[in-house]
Amino acid sequence: MSHIHARKFVSDDPDKCVGCGVCEYICSFEKEKAFNPLKSRIRVVRLGTTINMAVTCRLCEDAPCVAACPRDALRQSEETGVIIVDEDKCNGCGWCIEACDYGAIMLHPDKKVVFICDTCDGNPKCVEWCPEEALSFITKDVLAQKSRISAVKKLFYEALKT
Amino acid sequence: MFGYAGRILRVNLSTGKTAIEPLKEEMAKKYIGGIGLGIRLLIDNTKPGIDPLSPENPLILTTGPFSGTVAPTGGNGHAFVAKSPLTNGAAEAKSHGFFAAELKRAGYDAVIFEGKAEKPVYVWIDDDSVQLMDAKHLMGKSPQEVEDIIREELGDYYIRVASIGLAGEKLSRIACIINDKTRAAGRCGLGAVMGSKNLKAIAVRGTKNVDVAKPEEFLEFVRVLHERMKGPATVKYRTLGTPQNVLVHNSLGALPTRNFTNAVFEGAEKVSGEYLNERFVEKIVACSSCAMRCEHIAVVPEGPYKEVMARVEYEPLWALGPHCGVDRMDAIIKAIHLCNYYGIDAISAGNIVGFAMDCYEHGILTKDDTGGLDLKFGNADEMVKLIEMMGRREGLGDILAEGVKRAAEIIGKGAEKYANHIKGLEMTGYDIRGLKTAALGYAVSFRGADHNRHGAYALDISGKTNRFKFEKGRSKLVIDIEDLYTIIDSLIVCKFSRGVYYKGFDDLARYYTLVTGIDVTAEELRKAGERISNLARLYNIREGFTRKDDHLPIKVMTTPIPDETVAKGQYITQEELDFMLDDYYEHRGWTREGVPTLEKIKELGLEDLAYVVEGKI
Repeated sequence: MSHIHARKFVSDDPDKCVGCGVCEYICSFEKEKAFNPLKSRIRVVRLGTTINMAVTCRLCEDAPCVAACPRDALRQSEETGVIIVDEDKCNGCGWCIEACDYGAIMLHPDKKVVFICDTCDGNPKCVEWCPEEALSFITKDVLAQKSRISAVKKLFYEALKT
Repeated sequence: MFGYAGRILRVNLSTGKTAIEPLKEEMAKKYIGGIGLGIRLLIDNTKPGIDPLSPENPLILTTGPFSGTVAPTGGNGHAFVAKSPLTNGAAEAKSHGFFAAELKRAGYDAVIFEGKAEKPVYVWIDDDSVQLMDAKHLMGKSPQEVEDIIREELGDYYIRVASIGLAGEKLSRIACIINDKTRAAGRCGLGAVMGSKNLKAIAVRGTKNVDVAKPEEFLEFVRVLHERMKGPATVKYRTLGTPQNVLVHNSLGALPTRNFTNAVFEGAEKVSGEYLNERFVEKIVACSSCAMRCEHIAVVPEGPYKEVMARVEYEPLWALGPHCGVDRMDAIIKAIHLCNYYGIDAISAGNIVGFAMDCYEHGILTKDDTGGLDLKFGNADEMVKLIEMMGRREGLGDILAEGVKRAAEIIGKGAEKYANHIKGLEMTGYDIRGLKTAALGYAVSFRGADHNRHGAYALDISGKTNRFKFEKGRSKLVIDIEDLYTIIDSLIVCKFSRGVYYKGFDDLARYYTLVTGIDVTAEELRKAGERISNLARLYNIREGFTRKDDHLPIKVMTTPIPDETVAKGQYITQEELDFMLDDYYEHRGWTREGVPTLEKIKELGLEDLAYVVEGKI
């Protein structure tokens, strides 16, 4: 599989997201056998009630979190782009948390090391459970393809009707 | 125990002391949680005859066994319970959102707020740490502002807040408690109880796990519920939302209009769910862990109230719309927004505006009384102004903030004829003159005028019963739904989800056992519902309620529906009401005066409350 099709991440469509947080509960249960949003690798943000969006690791190219770690506790899988945390090396200093522009890295409340979405090894449970089908497991390239198609659809809306 | 946190927190606002008590398994099983646990704690923690706005009235906050789990709609509800400043009886008001889940994660099934703080405070519950915080700077602020300020000053943007507005501070008897900005524990005036304690807000952060007994099976069941929630049982809530009722009720001659003058509203189209969704709804959002999101957030696109935003449900829409003869959606949205801003129950508020309009139309109130407002039915902008006056307790609004029953007494001149309440709680949006199964449910509801304690309107509206004539034995149907609703409010699952429990108590009992590990059968759960219904009745009897308090609004009993509709000519006579009550009491196992017998009390395991009925049976 080509590189651009391999690196799938969990993306949330804010038009569909209703802020219910089912993804948080499912994530914490899948990874930690606990119902606790604080142990979820995906987190929901609600702004002024109407804006809702779940945020998790976006598998940055040349991930800044990896570069920020002075203890080499983080590395990025070349194949999937997932950030892998070496819990023995991590001391919870939080530089990676600062380096992440998306707030997708959190400090684990019990273990005191950082934790990050691992896409459930390519089968993310949050996507499976999202009641609104707002979450998708997708590559950036396909996201762009979709946006492109819907933009063109909009442009030719009248023509497509006939 | 699983599901439950196993702990009750006691906060004495007078002394600042806090204490933790265990929630015993027997108590949990008998009273479940939510309103059941709340009313039990109320009766155990109060003397009879207290003033609801005195420090002796505790404000009890409960979660349910499902709170903090991924149980759809069950993970997110909380209840407030106290003695009602409107009815002097048992009060309960529930709300959903994110607050309850946070409180459970902090490790509490219930919090009892006792006494009265010397100065305004808010309580900050941060897992095991509980602190009284100075709230001077929050006074006069809206619940929405309070939430933002508290999050900012405590430095955590995921703190959940339940707060009163100005109305609660000023002890308005229709004050509510708002959480998550748009969600209200609305009914029965519990915001005034909170205000009477100098308790401005409750802020919560919880970080603990909520463990369930059988997680894998539980998740399987949750998956089934998710599927059902995509189906026909919830389609109303997912699409038009509860405002769908407007046109349905209108077509049945069951849409109370102009303070129960009419039962059909000529402006119904313009305040319909269809009209609302097409022009005003910007987004539908969800409570925590819900798979059937229902919260219709409406924004006014143009005009004098441009950009005002509010969550719109049928009841506030009805109360501030048809009930006031108002057909302007923008004004209704503005009024709902103001109710949330000042922290008043939008149902009671709309009911009271309609009452004031009725008094004005009949010359009981004049412009001298209204501060110049021309309170004719249908005057949308005047309705908005009067809501503002009620929220701030200014002018006539100060009297109206006492609730419709007390306001009518203060105004005098026969105003009580226009005051539509039961037990002191304002009516809701069903014209029960032609919904006679529902009428019984309303009359006997322990918290006063309410559709949500019994849901019996559904039988009338769906045609399962002859809604114009009540026959012997029908009470059984009302009792069955009452006890089911009591359990729904004790587990705290959302009533909008009631259709997805295809097997009723069987499904709910299974759900409960999967979460808590406590084995219950459907029959045991039904019995718990009956127990809690009787418990609330016993509380009211202890506070002096009699058969006379199971009444209906004067207009419902004196004014036949005048409109050219199927329900034309319908109303309810005293004779009919007596017939219904006799039938109901008999099926409940109560005396003709509506008092639970000793046999019934014993059967339900409420022997310790036998003293309440002493000398009354």
